[in-house]
Amino acid sequence: MRQINMDDLVQRVMDELSKKTQEVIHFPEQKVRGVDNPNNAEALERAMNRTPARIGIGRTGTRMKTTSYLQFRIDQAAAHDAVMKAISPEWLARLQLPELHSRATSMQEYLMNLDSGRMLSDESAKWLEQHGDKGKDVQIVISDGLSTSACEATIPDLLPALQQGLAMRNISVGKPIFINKGRVWIQDQVAKIVGCKVVISLIGERPGLATAESLSAYMIYKPDANTVESDRTVISNIHRGGTLPIEAGAYLAELLEEILKYQASGVKYMQLRAKNG
Amino acid sequence: MKLACVIRKEHYQFTSVRDVLAKASEEKSGDHMSKLAANSALERMAAKVVLSELQLKDIYENPVIPYEKDEVTRIIYDDLNLSIYEEIKNWTVGELREYVLSFSTGMPELTRISRGLTSEMIAATAKLMSSIDLVMASQKMKHQAYCNTLIGEPGRLAFRCQPNHPIDDPEGILASMKEGLSYGSGDAVIGINPNNDSVESVIKLLKMSHDFMQKWEIPTQNCVLAHITTQMQALRGGAPISLMFQSLAGSQRANDAFGVSKDLLDEAMELMLRKGTASGPNVMYFETGQGSEVSLDSHEGVDMQTLEARTYGFCRHWKPFMVNNVSGFIGPETLYDGRQMIRADLEDLFMGKLHGLPMGIAPTYTNHMYADQNDQEIAGMLTTLGGANFYMGVPGGDDVMLSYQDTSYHDDASYRELLGLRPLREFEKWMEKMGLMENGRLTERAGDLSVFD
Repeated sequence: MRQINMDDLVQRVMDELSKKTQEVIHFPEQKVRGVDNPNNAEALERAMNRTPARIGIGRTGTRMKTTSYLQFRIDQAAAHDAVMKAISPEWLARLQLPELHSRATSMQEYLMNLDSGRMLSDESAKWLEQHGDKGKDVQIVISDGLSTSACEATIPDLLPALQQGLAMRNISVGKPIFINKGRVWIQDQVAKIVGCKVVISLIGERPGLATAESLSAYMIYKPDANTVESDRTVISNIHRGGTLPIEAGAYLAELLEEILKYQASGVKYMQLRAKNG
Repeated sequence: MKLACVIRKEHYQFTSVRDVLAKASEEKSGDHMSKLAANSALERMAAKVVLSELQLKDIYENPVIPYEKDEVTRIIYDDLNLSIYEEIKNWTVGELREYVLSFSTGMPELTRISRGLTSEMIAATAKLMSSIDLVMASQKMKHQAYCNTLIGEPGRLAFRCQPNHPIDDPEGILASMKEGLSYGSGDAVIGINPNNDSVESVIKLLKMSHDFMQKWEIPTQNCVLAHITTQMQALRGGAPISLMFQSLAGSQRANDAFGVSKDLLDEAMELMLRKGTASGPNVMYFETGQGSEVSLDSHEGVDMQTLEARTYGFCRHWKPFMVNNVSGFIGPETLYDGRQMIRADLEDLFMGKLHGLPMGIAPTYTNHMYADQNDQEIAGMLTTLGGANFYMGVPGGDDVMLSYQDTSYHDDASYRELLGLRPLREFEKWMEKMGLMENGRLTERAGDLSVFD
């Protein structure tokens, strides 16, 4: 019977184990070409670079290949996780944004009860009455919505561009505010309190797979009890893979000037603009 | 009319037909949010019992939103065949369910009674049906419509190619369009959701998709899913449109919020028949989905499923080519998880078909919902079994503009493969000509967008 050296054996097992932990998988994050024999490889490559859409990924039978399937599931998991992330106080301080709150006290309440995100908390409403700038042309509202990542990624570029654009056009602007867990309709209450002509809300969109950083702008001219959804003008997909935040700032300033000129937003604004050529 | 019952020695009293309908609905978060849902599982069953014994005339005489107040109710009632209604008005909802499921009731019988049923009666029946009930009943009905091509033939399943791009880059859209077509997705319509709703931009996308169809002789229809008023402006400006799109809802207040009305839809359809590029007669494409009224705060005290049925009652007035159900697009406040989403899809397919509509389903989920790809694929397979006319086709299932998940080009091809279904007749011939399909199966070449380069 052969004598086994226990120390030697333990050492070999340990070596093997440490080797295993050092072998890390670096799973690709970019889409991978999965079409094996394309008709025109160059055209396929160009097309894949032209859009964030999942194209050129090939198939096995009628199903996705393993890498593209796992990439899809990873992106979806990340997007689902992103919804639950809270905005950082340091970020708000850096942008000098006063933080107001809707009536939603938790993410779960915000998701499940729309009304909770459509009204300011009593305390925030009182704060706005006392400290908000009154009677301006435009009031800017920023809100995390369903993606704090969207605010963090776009607002630092978008907000100065928007403010500059409005200043160039001699449009008066109230001090921007941040509303934690606010929905679009909360802008109606804000407009009523500060008595502005147009209110613009910059809100984080629900995270998609291609990006969790997409922001939308909702604008409405003098909202009141008869306001309907189609009275709002919406510009969506503001992010680095969509409309760039800086460009969006300039464009929104131009659009706000138009809304002020026609004294209408949404479908009404579109109709008036069409009539006037 | 009996609005009370005793179950397990407990007495349950309901206040109205509307209340019974709401409480008899399977559990959904949107009905809880609007405070219409049953408060317990047994109360839900009590409502189903009361509903099963209501006569159809009880429902007819008590519309959930009054005729005088609501345009959707008016369309539903004014379009009804009263002679057929007279024949069945004394049936209970329970009897209607059994009639629908009976061996002796087929497509002709269902098509006939459909003309005598209000949307609330159809919703009521679905509330007494289980998943298998809904799929078996759906399978009996397959409604056809004609635009440039024929949709709804037995043994065929179509797809909308949905090649969206976050900033409407025409070349990016074209790339996704080619990819979809190479998988056989796009026979229902090539339908682009624009990010930019301006008329100029919409015209550009319409021309681009039309020109591509012309160049490659693709037998299908094109559509850009802007607001209907924008599409009408584009059409007046000479843009080539073969299908006109609009989202619709089940209450007048919700449709007001969408910026649509009967008059506007009449005008749009008339314009399409005069200036559109399709032969028709079915030139409209509608989208619907449970929960839109709740999220627009215009549910009028009516549950989501009943409102969805009313939307179909409204839709059928304009004899659409496609009605696409997108329950699951909104979020957890209306449909909480995969279970609620799957249930909604099955209900909607059945309810749409019993309205006589050429129904398609978009089993979808958003990333703030408690659902994932597995739930979505279950909903897709079950509604395929139920004989949906079409689904969406999104590259890799990920819509990079609207930020939600829908059926992929891969799923599209898989649903056909699972049940041996073929693309629409003319489109299948085109795929064969392009070398993308043989005997109903994708060839080696399929799935390569560069076959167009």
